[in-house]
Amino acid sequence: MPAPQCASCHAARAALRRPRSGQALCGACFCTAFEAEVLHTVLAGRLLPPGAVVAVGASGGKDSTVLAHVLRELAPRLGVSLRLVAVDEGISGYRDAALAAVRRQAARWDLPLTVVAYADLFGGWTMDAVARSTAGSGRSRACCTFCGVLRRRALEEGARLVGATHIVTGHNADDMAETVLMNFLRGDAGRLARGGGLGSRGEGGALPRCRPLQLASQKEVVLYAHFRRLDYFSEECVYAPEAFRGHARHLLKLLEAARPSAALDLVHSAERLALAPAARPPPPGACSRCGALASRALCQACALLDGLQRGRPRLAIGKGGGARDEEGPPPPPPSDPGSAPGPADGECGAACKERCE
Amino acid sequence: MCQVGEDYGDPAPEGPPPPRPGRELKCVKCSEGLPVVVIRAGDAFCRDCFRAFYIHKFRAVLGKNRLIFPGEKVLLAWSGGPSSSSMVWQVLEGLSRDSAKRLRFVPGVVYVDGTCPVVSTRRLRRVAPRTWPYPILGSPVVMIPFCLHLEGAACGQSREDRAKTLSDVKRILQTLGFPWHVVTLEEVFALPPSVLRCSAPEPVGTVGTYKVAVDSFLQQQHTLEAEGVGDSPSSAQGEAQPSQPCTQDPQNLAEPPPAAQTEALSRLFDSVKTLTAKEELLQTLRTHLILHVARTHGYSKVMTGDSCTRLAIKLMTSLALGRGAFLAWDTGFSDERHGDVVVVRPMREHTLKEVAFYNRLFAVPSVFTPAIDTKAPEKASIHRLMEGFLLRLQAQFPSTVSTVYRTSEKLVKAPRDGCASGPRCLLCMCSLDVDTADSATAFGAQTQDFSQMQPPTPLAEAGAPTVPCRSAEVGRAPNCCQGTRPCRREDSRARVIKQLCYGCRVNMKDVPSLDPLPPYILAEAQLRSQRLSPEIQEYLLENSDDRAHASGSGAWGPPEDGGEEGQTVCDCINKNIFN
Repeated sequence: MPAPQCASCHAARAALRRPRSGQALCGACFCTAFEAEVLHTVLAGRLLPPGAVVAVGASGGKDSTVLAHVLRELAPRLGVSLRLVAVDEGISGYRDAALAAVRRQAARWDLPLTVVAYADLFGGWTMDAVARSTAGSGRSRACCTFCGVLRRRALEEGARLVGATHIVTGHNADDMAETVLMNFLRGDAGRLARGGGLGSRGEGGALPRCRPLQLASQKEVVLYAHFRRLDYFSEECVYAPEAFRGHARHLLKLLEAARPSAALDLVHSAERLALAPAARPPPPGACSRCGALASRALCQACALLDGLQRGRPRLAIGKGGGARDEEGPPPPPPSDPGSAPGPADGECGAACKERCE
Repeated sequence: MCQVGEDYGDPAPEGPPPPRPGRELKCVKCSEGLPVVVIRAGDAFCRDCFRAFYIHKFRAVLGKNRLIFPGEKVLLAWSGGPSSSSMVWQVLEGLSRDSAKRLRFVPGVVYVDGTCPVVSTRRLRRVAPRTWPYPILGSPVVMIPFCLHLEGAACGQSREDRAKTLSDVKRILQTLGFPWHVVTLEEVFALPPSVLRCSAPEPVGTVGTYKVAVDSFLQQQHTLEAEGVGDSPSSAQGEAQPSQPCTQDPQNLAEPPPAAQTEALSRLFDSVKTLTAKEELLQTLRTHLILHVARTHGYSKVMTGDSCTRLAIKLMTSLALGRGAFLAWDTGFSDERHGDVVVVRPMREHTLKEVAFYNRLFAVPSVFTPAIDTKAPEKASIHRLMEGFLLRLQAQFPSTVSTVYRTSEKLVKAPRDGCASGPRCLLCMCSLDVDTADSATAFGAQTQDFSQMQPPTPLAEAGAPTVPCRSAEVGRAPNCCQGTRPCRREDSRARVIKQLCYGCRVNMKDVPSLDPLPPYILAEAQLRSQRLSPEIQEYLLENSDDRAHASGSGAWGPPEDGGEEGQTVCDCINKNIFN
């Protein structure tokens, strides 16, 4: 099909049709519009004040790559400075390649990169070690449970290490839509009550977190990466199993086929959900061991590590109970707030986002 | 068959269900009776216990909520489907009890007769007549009869079909002995605009006033009995007619609606581009019609037969349609959005499976009438997708439906930010849930789609090309402004659109022209925009400049791509890239 003219500049041939609006645009106009939209989200949502030192949770995947690139474009206008923070979960054969992608990005964009490793932060526990430890207990889903909780903590630690005042993650509209679907299917009223916004202001001493890409659909993120020729890592984590998120993700794909705006409609629903006060989680306290935000005596990360140390890794997690366990503070589970999403964004595909929201 | 619960087609278990070997086959309740149905895993009920269980649930829901006062007129919305039929029979059963346990309200039944125009005849001609695949899954209240063009029949025959369905309906209605009203969907073209106004709510009944009302009712009844006036439930109130069908709208019953209206309805539904929007429109129109019947005949409550399963599906569907703010209204026990007429859902604790077995075991008659999504492929609408998805997930994780249902009970009707009630949506009559156009929300992100490109965004990064923008043409070029008339139409469209909630706006994107809408909607829209403009000013979304963009199909229209499951993300976007 001969491409029509770009609907915006009327000069170039259109190179794509925007999934959101059906508008035909050339690559340059699309990228400009995409950046303008992210800028608008950040400004209108007052996510990053001028002068902020922003830690970008970089996984090497498409979302965080696009986020870092867009924010770098916008940084002078926003008056913020960027730091890349990557987390090394210690998953051999997977993480190394992803980290290599992050390093290439950092070098290309000339951004300072800090890598924090599970092994250093959590007394030698790498994800491979956790996986071996939980192997007997059955399902690989447990891996993502640990990984999500720990990655959240690791990102927080990394951000503090580089002196950041804000953390941004690359969750997009599809991630949020999946999350709200999933939380309903799991009956997780606590998370539904606190989710919906663009981030959290950072209660209890934790760093404020936000998701500037939350109003951009996944397709647009991928299109942006395509037209900006971004180099990202797109393998799935070796531990990403058939997680419950997979169901929500599949459903969302079908819904989007029936109605292209479905993801944003779900995000709108999530913004507007009204839950009974009783369903809202109690105010957070502090972890008695590490001082991080916690809904109970121990924060989730400490509880999981404690279980691992004692050789009873299933202690703190489990199907329904686990979800309830960490749905403590208005922010999510372990160390820090952030109304929904977790750590560095969706590296290991299906499963890892599970814990995050 | 008893595991997953939706295999309606199978015969009800005649004898004991296939048990585990060596297990004594007794009812879990009475330990005596022969079990005939397994409701939950392992819980086998005998016929009598199942019946008691089922009836108790129905009465418990009503008793727990104490919303329906003695002597109150209650309109039962009957679609002919299994759940609403079961509900009507539960009421019938409740009224035939001895006096202590008798239900004390005064029921009437409304049946909305939909029509062939609603359903795309083309689709139906293609499908072969075979066994109805999901009789029990078709939404109970949503089902409306229409004329099935299975054999590609001419229109004359469709009228015959319709008449036949109607005669079935009337036969059942006559056996009930309640006052009943049969209305055709075409009557939406004769509705007054006042239907869309929320009348002042009745004083909210607290537990105290409920008790007072019950006491005074009982006293009154004693007096009546002492005077020897009848003791039949309906005549106790002295106003409802006894068993003879009371057809308040005889002319509508006697003859089919005018052909012109049928055609208008058909034109309206044909113009809607997606099945999702058709379903929503149909539900909206039917709600308005039932509301109108209730108001004109003095009913203050409407009962619908939504089952637990149906409500879980409806919840997830509403969620996906962007109705997150209204979930508690859409799926709660009571729905007070209309003010004077409250919709209640007494079947909300019954699963579809229980309904199916009860109807089967106790021969509750129902009329099977294909619905608008009948035999549509699953991907055809959000409603169908969500239904299929939830039921499949339920098969895998048997607690899915109950989990979703229980979560829905934690939702409240107050808006999240606690803001005062603003203007209501023209169609669904919920408080508007839209943000300002420039807010950092999903709504803001979509409305500013074009406007943000108008002032070339000052991107500090030098490399980024700025967009030379001729915004006016960009927005209008595809669909507007050859002359004054189309523009005026755009204006009236914008006027309607801005009176809608988020979800209804998304639906109206699939309705290219508002002209075929029933006149009462357009009239009320005009009235409101004149009457309320200062009041809604702050809720207006666009400057007059942007309005045409936001409402034009350019900004809202869906891209023309189809399904894409099983593809990677990269494959997904390929179709968005021109080569």
